[in-house]
This record gives sequence, structure tokens and C-alpha cells, in this order.
Amino acid sequence: MVTEVLKQETRPPAHKGAVESSSTWRRSDRVGLAVCWVLGIGFCAIAVAIVVFMLVQGIKYVRPSLLFTSPTAGFNESQTGGFLDPLVGTVVVALLGMAIALPVGVAVAVWLSEYGRPFGLARAAESTIEMIAGTPSIVLALFGILVFSSPVVGFLSRTSGHVVYGRSFFAAGAMLSLVALPLIVGSTREGLQAIPSHVREASLAVGKTKFATIRRILLPSARPSVVTGAMLGVGRIIGDTAVIVVLLGATLTLNGAGHAPVLSLLRGTGSTLTSFVYENAPTGEANQPTKAYAAAFVLLLMVLVLNLCVDLVARRGKAATWSR
Amino acid sequence: MINEDQFLPFDEEPHWWSDKRAELTLGALVCCVLAVVLAMFVFVLVQAWPSFAHNGLSWFGSGGSVDLQIKRMFLSGEAGVRYVYTFHAWPLIWSTLLIVGSAVTLSLVTSLFVAVFVVEFAPDPIKQVLRPAVRLLASVPSVIYGLLGVLVLVPFIGNHVITQQDKASVSYIVSLSGYSLIAAVLILTVMIAPLMISIFADGLRSVPSSWIEGSLAMGINRWRTFWKIAVRAARPAIVAGTVLATARAIGEAVMLAMVSGSVGFAPNPFDGMIFFFEPSRPLGATILQNIEGLSSPPLKSTLFAIAAVLLVSAMLLSLAGWAAKQPLKRYGTR
Repeated sequence: MVTEVLKQETRPPAHKGAVESSSTWRRSDRVGLAVCWVLGIGFCAIAVAIVVFMLVQGIKYVRPSLLFTSPTAGFNESQTGGFLDPLVGTVVVALLGMAIALPVGVAVAVWLSEYGRPFGLARAAESTIEMIAGTPSIVLALFGILVFSSPVVGFLSRTSGHVVYGRSFFAAGAMLSLVALPLIVGSTREGLQAIPSHVREASLAVGKTKFATIRRILLPSARPSVVTGAMLGVGRIIGDTAVIVVLLGATLTLNGAGHAPVLSLLRGTGSTLTSFVYENAPTGEANQPTKAYAAAFVLLLMVLVLNLCVDLVARRGKAATWSR
Repeated sequence: MINEDQFLPFDEEPHWWSDKRAELTLGALVCCVLAVVLAMFVFVLVQAWPSFAHNGLSWFGSGGSVDLQIKRMFLSGEAGVRYVYTFHAWPLIWSTLLIVGSAVTLSLVTSLFVAVFVVEFAPDPIKQVLRPAVRLLASVPSVIYGLLGVLVLVPFIGNHVITQQDKASVSYIVSLSGYSLIAAVLILTVMIAPLMISIFADGLRSVPSSWIEGSLAMGINRWRTFWKIAVRAARPAIVAGTVLATARAIGEAVMLAMVSGSVGFAPNPFDGMIFFFEPSRPLGATILQNIEGLSSPPLKSTLFAIAAVLLVSAMLLSLAGWAAKQPLKRYGTR
């Protein structure tokens, strides 16, 4: 008896309890539903096929030694070493890109969401950010080579005499930060706008300045969104190939320029996993499919881990919600 | 017990971070970003100008072999005596239009159905698989799609789909090896569909459930309700997703350089079935593959001209998306 009453009390979820049969529908509706199912299942199948295929190839070809040996030139695949240098390159480029994109992105998002005046500048900034998101990365790469091969910024890359090489980790990182910028701005802004205005008012009411409010209240509360944006940005940076091929040189190993320990690496050329895959595909210069598969698998793993982190952060962030 | 430290008003911020200064600093940073983008436009257009100036409107036309023209430009730049700028980009533009157009059309239709499936009709277990799957596929680097294309799809098309007869029939013009229009379109579709699906699905989810329940309460079936109410209300999201995916497709250089065949050839629709198997090379891939030619001034200018075309079309695209969204916003959810 009691349980029956309780059952009635719990509200059924909206249109979940009673799923109507589609047998009474018009034929066109049923065809539509069938198409929906076929395409949905087909998409699932493609996704699973891609992941499983890469997994199988990865298990077949990835050896731990590949991760710890530098690539070398050679005639067959047993002589050409691993991909330590591209791995290091990927990490360096991601760090460098985020070092620029994260502060700038958060600052732009804070300005857009908290200040945003004059109105015209805010509109211009919004559409500019949107436009950066739509700019092909190959165009960014060409722009980068133009900027970084000018003598003014010659100290950021290799130079010989008056010729500035224009290709370095600095150049690639700077241009890739533009690729990540829209994601960080968008996500941070969303997080800031989700904070109800009474939180700001409360903080101002106890005598905090506006900037203190932003720094002590708003940004800490929006941290999950900032982190999500940063992760998405890193995903885009490590997945980009065009900028790397053009601006990092996609050389076999890390070629430092100069003698200062870290600076020489950053001023020098190198490669990342994406450019390694590109060069080792049958259309590239090296053409070693097994190495390409192995590197692609490692890259895919990195993307997968990033995705999981985004999920984790999003779930954590949901726990802290404001009272309305 | 009240912790008094929390209520001290001005102690924690260094005085040089006054409010006014903070606002100005942030504003200046925003202006810097604007300036960088503006500089990009100006620099690219200035570099591109010689190529456009020498060719006029025939830059966009057809005539002669593109690959030969690029080679001549490169050689004249190396020789340095008299620069040759002649360039007719139609085969590249045509290839871009074909590949991007068909991939976007194909994935727009597919993604709409899949998004509806993900949001509404899929049983819960499938939903739970699909949502992360879409997210993962959307973030897979394009070079991995390219690798799969080159090592799986292209050999399959080359060995099993194209017959020897087909190959022989056009062997004196192009070689059909599997690097083809259809491979590029299929891989590009798989690449941009997850982007569209995730944006469409977000739009569909944000439709107020009361709208849908209202329609269901009138006795309209679920399919019709969802198609007529939710999909219509989500039209701004559909436009936004399409614009973003198209921009990604236009700018895609690496993957298309790998699977499209990299021949400056304009596929001819009157060739019948062979049309789908003909190789070509879109604009972005052309830049990527001739990047070593930056040392030669005329070729450099031409590459920047291609970049300018890509940049301007990306801008027009986002403008068109904005214009298309305005009337839809009134009844839309976003």
C-alpha cells in the first residue's frame, strides 16, 4: 500500500514514461524515424571503428622504446628510431601556446563580460574573436612567417647574417595561441556570465573594489570554465599541423639555436607528433606507415586524456552552483 | 566567530591595481588582439597584391596547368631576372568548392538526423555512448583523419572501386590511384560532422521542454513535434554549427593535402562516374605543399594571394552566418 502511494508521488520524467508506438504514425514520419536510427547507429559504428582501428594499430606498433629514442634518418623502419623529439616538441608547443593564450584569453573574457565599454569596442572584440576562430590555421601560419622573419623579432629564431629564419618554437607557439584563444575566451566568458549578479553586488557591498571582486570572487568561481577552455585549447594546439609544418620547420630532431640552455631550444626548430605523422604518412617525405600509426596512436591517447579531464572538470564544476 | 580579515576592505590588493588602471589595462590588451587581427588582414593583403595586380580577374579564371604555372613562378623567382606572375587558380578553387560544398551538404543532412537521434530518440545506453563519442571525434586532430584516409580509404578505392578500364580510359590525362574527390569528401564529412552534431545537439537541448510538451499534449506525435518545434527553434544553432564547420572545411589543408591527390586538376562532372575518382588539390593544400617556395618572391605573393582568398571567404562566411541568424533569432532559443 505504502509503496504504491509513494510510486504515485514520484513524478514521471517528462514524456519518458509513456513512449508512444510509432505504428500509428504517418508513413513519412516513420521513414524519418528510421533514417534517424540508421544514421545514428551508423555514426556510432564509424566512431567505434575509428577508435578500435587506431587502438589495434597502436597496440601493434607502439613500443616503449619508440617513446624514448630520437628519430634518425635511415633506410628502413628499424633504423629510424622513435619519436622522442616530436613528443617533447608537442609538450613544449602546448606549454608555450597556453602561456600566451591563457592570460590573454582570460583577460579578454573578463573585459568582455565585466567591463565591455565602450560598446562599439566590445562588439568589435566579439566579432574579432569569432573571426579568429574561423581563420584557417594555414593563413595564421603564413602571417606568422611574415611577422617572425622580420629583423625586429630576429632574436626569436635562428639568424644567419641579416637573414632571419623565422621558424622557431616561439613563432609556432605564438601563432598557435591565436588558435586556442577563441576557445578560452568563449568558455571563460560563459563561466563568468553564469555567476548571478547578486554575487557581484554582495562583494561590492562589503567594500571590495571591482577588480578585487573579479580577482577574488569571480575568477575563482569561474575556474572550472577556465580550465575547460584551457583543455580544449590545448587539444586544438596539439592537433594542429599546418602551423607546425610551416612555422616549426617539422625537422627530424630538435635543433637548438644559440647556446643558452632553454632559450636555444625555444629559438630552434623541431617537430610535433602531428607533423611527425604528416611526414611519415605515405604522402609525406619519410613514408613509414608503422611509425605514423604509432605516433598517431600516442596523439590520440593525449586527446582522449584531455577529453576525460574536461569531463571531470565539468562534473566537478557542476557541484558548485549559486543560489538564485 | 567572525574572521575579521575577510572584511578588511582595501588591504589585500596592492594599491597600484586601482580599478581604473585594471580596466584600462584589460582594454588595452583587447585592443592589442584587435590590432593583431587587423595587422594580419593588412599584411596578407599587401603581400598578395602583386599577384592580383598582375593577373587581374583572370586570377580566378582557368587556363593552362596550375602546377606548371607554379613551377614557372618558382623558377623565375630563383633566377631573379624577370618575375613571372601568371596564375589561373580555377582548378584549385573548383576543387575547394566541390570538396567543401559536397562535404558540408552531406554532413549537414547527416548531422541534423544524428543530432535529433542523440537528443531525443536514442535509448539511454546509446545516448551515453554517443555523447562522448561525438566529443572525441570532434577533437581528433585532422592529421589522424588524413592518415586513416591515406592508409585505409585511398588504397581501398584505388584497388577495389576503380576498375582497370577506368584507369586506362584516362591514363593519358591523370592517373587514378585512389587519391580522389570522393575520398576527400568522405573523410572531410566524417571530420566536420561531429562538430556540427555537437553544436546542433546543444541547440536542440536548450529548447524549453514546455514547448515540446505543449505540442505533445495536443496529440502531435513525437517525430513531428521534434521536427516542427525543436528543430525549428534550434535554427540559429544549426546556422552557427554549419558556419563553423564550413570554416573548418575551407581552411583544412593538411588532411586534404594527404587524400585529395595533390594534382592541380579540375575534376570534370561530364566524365561520368570517373568524376568522383579524379584527383585534385584545394587551395589550403596548395599553400602547404608549396611552402618551400616562399623564398621565391612571385610564388610567395601567389601563396599569400591564396591565403587572402581563404581569409576573405572565411570572413564573408561568418558575416553570412550572422546575417542568416538575425531573422531566426526571434523565435529561436539562442
